[in-house]
Amino acid sequence: MSAPTYDLGKLHGGLRLPAQKSAATAMPFQKVPVPSQLVLPIAQHVGDPSHPIVGIGERVLKGQLIAEADGTLSAPVHASSSGKVIAIEPWPVSRRNGDNAPCIIIECDGEDRHIERAEVPPVYDSLPPDVLLTQILQGGIVGLGGAVFPTAQKLMQAVTCELNYLILNGVECEPYISCDDVLMREYTREIVGGAQILLHALNLDIAYIVVESDKPEAIHKLADEMAEVGDERLVLKQVPTIYPSGGEDQLVQLVTNLEVPSGGLPTDVGCLVQNVATSAAIYEWVFKHEPLISRMVTVTGDGVAQPMNVVARLGTTVADIINFVGGYTDRAEQLIIGGPMTGKTVTTDRVPLVKATNCILVLSEDPALGPEMPCIRCGECAEVCPIQLLPQQLFWYACADDEAKIRSYGLTDCIECGCCDLVCPSHIPLTFDFRMAKARIREMADEKARAERARLRFEARNERLQNEQDGRDDELAQQKETAKRAGAETIAMIIKRSDKDRGKR
Amino acid sequence: MDFVRREAPYIAPKVDVASMMLHVMAALIPAALAHVWYFGPGFLCNLIVASLFCVGGEALMMRARGRRPMAAISDYSVLVTAVLLTFALPSLTPWWVTATGSLFAVIVAKHLYGGLGFNIFNPAMAGYVVILVAFPMEVNLWVAPRMGDIDYQYLTLLQTINYTMTGSLPEALAFDAVSRATPLDAMQSGLRTMLTYSEVRTDPIMGNFGGRGWEWISNLTLAGGIWLLIKKVIRWHIPAGVIAGLLVSASIMYTVDPGSNASPGFHLFAGSTILCAFFIATDPVSAATSPKGRFVYGVGIGLLVFVIRRWGSYADGVAFAVLLMNMATPAIDYLTRPHIVGHARRGDRE
Repeated sequence: MSAPTYDLGKLHGGLRLPAQKSAATAMPFQKVPVPSQLVLPIAQHVGDPSHPIVGIGERVLKGQLIAEADGTLSAPVHASSSGKVIAIEPWPVSRRNGDNAPCIIIECDGEDRHIERAEVPPVYDSLPPDVLLTQILQGGIVGLGGAVFPTAQKLMQAVTCELNYLILNGVECEPYISCDDVLMREYTREIVGGAQILLHALNLDIAYIVVESDKPEAIHKLADEMAEVGDERLVLKQVPTIYPSGGEDQLVQLVTNLEVPSGGLPTDVGCLVQNVATSAAIYEWVFKHEPLISRMVTVTGDGVAQPMNVVARLGTTVADIINFVGGYTDRAEQLIIGGPMTGKTVTTDRVPLVKATNCILVLSEDPALGPEMPCIRCGECAEVCPIQLLPQQLFWYACADDEAKIRSYGLTDCIECGCCDLVCPSHIPLTFDFRMAKARIREMADEKARAERARLRFEARNERLQNEQDGRDDELAQQKETAKRAGAETIAMIIKRSDKDRGKR
Repeated sequence: MDFVRREAPYIAPKVDVASMMLHVMAALIPAALAHVWYFGPGFLCNLIVASLFCVGGEALMMRARGRRPMAAISDYSVLVTAVLLTFALPSLTPWWVTATGSLFAVIVAKHLYGGLGFNIFNPAMAGYVVILVAFPMEVNLWVAPRMGDIDYQYLTLLQTINYTMTGSLPEALAFDAVSRATPLDAMQSGLRTMLTYSEVRTDPIMGNFGGRGWEWISNLTLAGGIWLLIKKVIRWHIPAGVIAGLLVSASIMYTVDPGSNASPGFHLFAGSTILCAFFIATDPVSAATSPKGRFVYGVGIGLLVFVIRRWGSYADGVAFAVLLMNMATPAIDYLTRPHIVGHARRGDRE
């Protein structure tokens, strides 16, 4: 039994990449044991960092809240095992390429004692949607597809829009990564259950569960589970295996044939997209009161002794996870957090597993490509660009630093999928150049804003000075006037008084 | 353990400029062999001269620009220029004519504009046009194609080399004895002397549909072009545009007045139409860049080729058509920008 592929929208370009996934999916996933130490960054989501609420030396239990959401788009952090907080200090993290960011460090006692779970209402559908959303907020759940946008806030924004569909993203299109595939096979009930919770929270009637055609087992399992649940609101969709179909906006386009407006959100076209792993995390939290403290992650690449998928506690360092899978091979040269198209290299394996980490990829370095050559305008980049940009023209204007042109050719719409890099015969690092150009544009915008603020301040100051001057002029005029009106008598008195003053001295 | 820091994506591209250029040259081997078969070994002499001067010119210019000559030569684009220029030349061409074209192509049209990727004009066509204007006699001296049924004088390899080096024929031979108008020349002048198309076609050099020899060179060029399409070295937009532009305009004229116009099939296979569609116009550097723009660019070339052949003073017109459309490229690029996903479509604005 396979899911029907129908009503598909069109996606421009894209690439069929060698999947490289079978090495990790060849064996069943395993659970990484409690490490001796957990490193939990307080910022594992977009938005403001969470605020630690535990002190150094404090004992914490598994599932205990250790840092609460603080500020906009923030999400709480929970302890992923029991132990003692030994430090709150800077530690290398993956989102900064291995540079430091504040982390809560827990020395595990190995007992893995769970905090007493609150009584969970057996039927979530009796809860009003807003109560359910608040509950989801407390679970520390963020988008697990890589964007780590706090899920509750995303849902709260979505309920204010006119929604038509919930789309569950099971399109894991980047090579090497297979954690969602394994999750869909092994945690099917949780994913489907999570979808039902989301439908209730959003008051929606259709959820598309979308899976790529190269995951027949996941499709099979999902179809079986859905048949068992018998919920007619759930629809399984299969999409062709083309990178980057799994990008949020690309998936919406593929499923609904609607384009997410530039700078907008899928909710602008009536869609809410959630990753299948997020759906499972919501289920775990709502049904079992288990906050987001562990995740499935793919450990793979030719630099890893035994590629596989593992479930590990958040905060486990990459070094611990690699040890668990048998260590590195002698080909380990690059450590990439994420996939080979959009992941980030980190300089050290001391970085911890965080909510965003879907893949730990250890690769040997590709042999030298030869020098970067001039662009020959072959246009292959434009053929594969899913946004239908003209990367060759963008590159030209980015080199010339022509901001107006760069903008009009849609630089800010670039999703940095990396397709153009892979087809460039001149080996130009286009995606990197575009990232730099975007940063420059942001910088220029900041500078402009700063200059504008300075200008306003300067004008305000001038005005103030002018007002003060005007005020003084008025006062002086008034004094003169008073003096004139007071007449000679008063003047004589004043003169006398000042003479007296002088005499005193 | 410590690791290197790199930027995404980490998968290396599988293509490179040098292999693209090698593919282009490989695709032309069958057509080159047909050229030698029909018009003698002069093609090879010209190819050697053109390659030497193109590569030499590039080395000189790279040195003058303070760069490593091999950095440019090793992408083989300069050899493609030499090959394309050679295809444009008659098999009997004195070396200084070929050299002038080669040096102009590489030094002026390519490197003075900034080298590969920056040239506005197709270097081979720019070089060809210069010698076409400067040495009209030499560049129009086509020998007769090998024909079993007509008794003609053919030059030996040594005589060809001698001609290439000195520009003079063996004493016993006159130019008239070896040269022959190309089918396109014959067609143009025939139609202009009020002969009808079918009368002109009775000339044995007209072959079956595109001129003796030429039609086979075109067929093999077409095969090479299709191979490039399959290998994705070129995309279909430009060839389709050139062929469509030429066929549509030629068909209209042929339908309106079949007596004084050559058939669309003749236009397609005579001369260098196919070479232009698949190998010359597809030079990415000087062509338009968006998929839609490339089709428009191709159509423009096809139309201009027809206009020049029908009303112009040159029999073929491919080189001029390409150069004229090179000039139009920035405008085409600007006007054919694709719709960016997520932005309002042009029609939506109102």
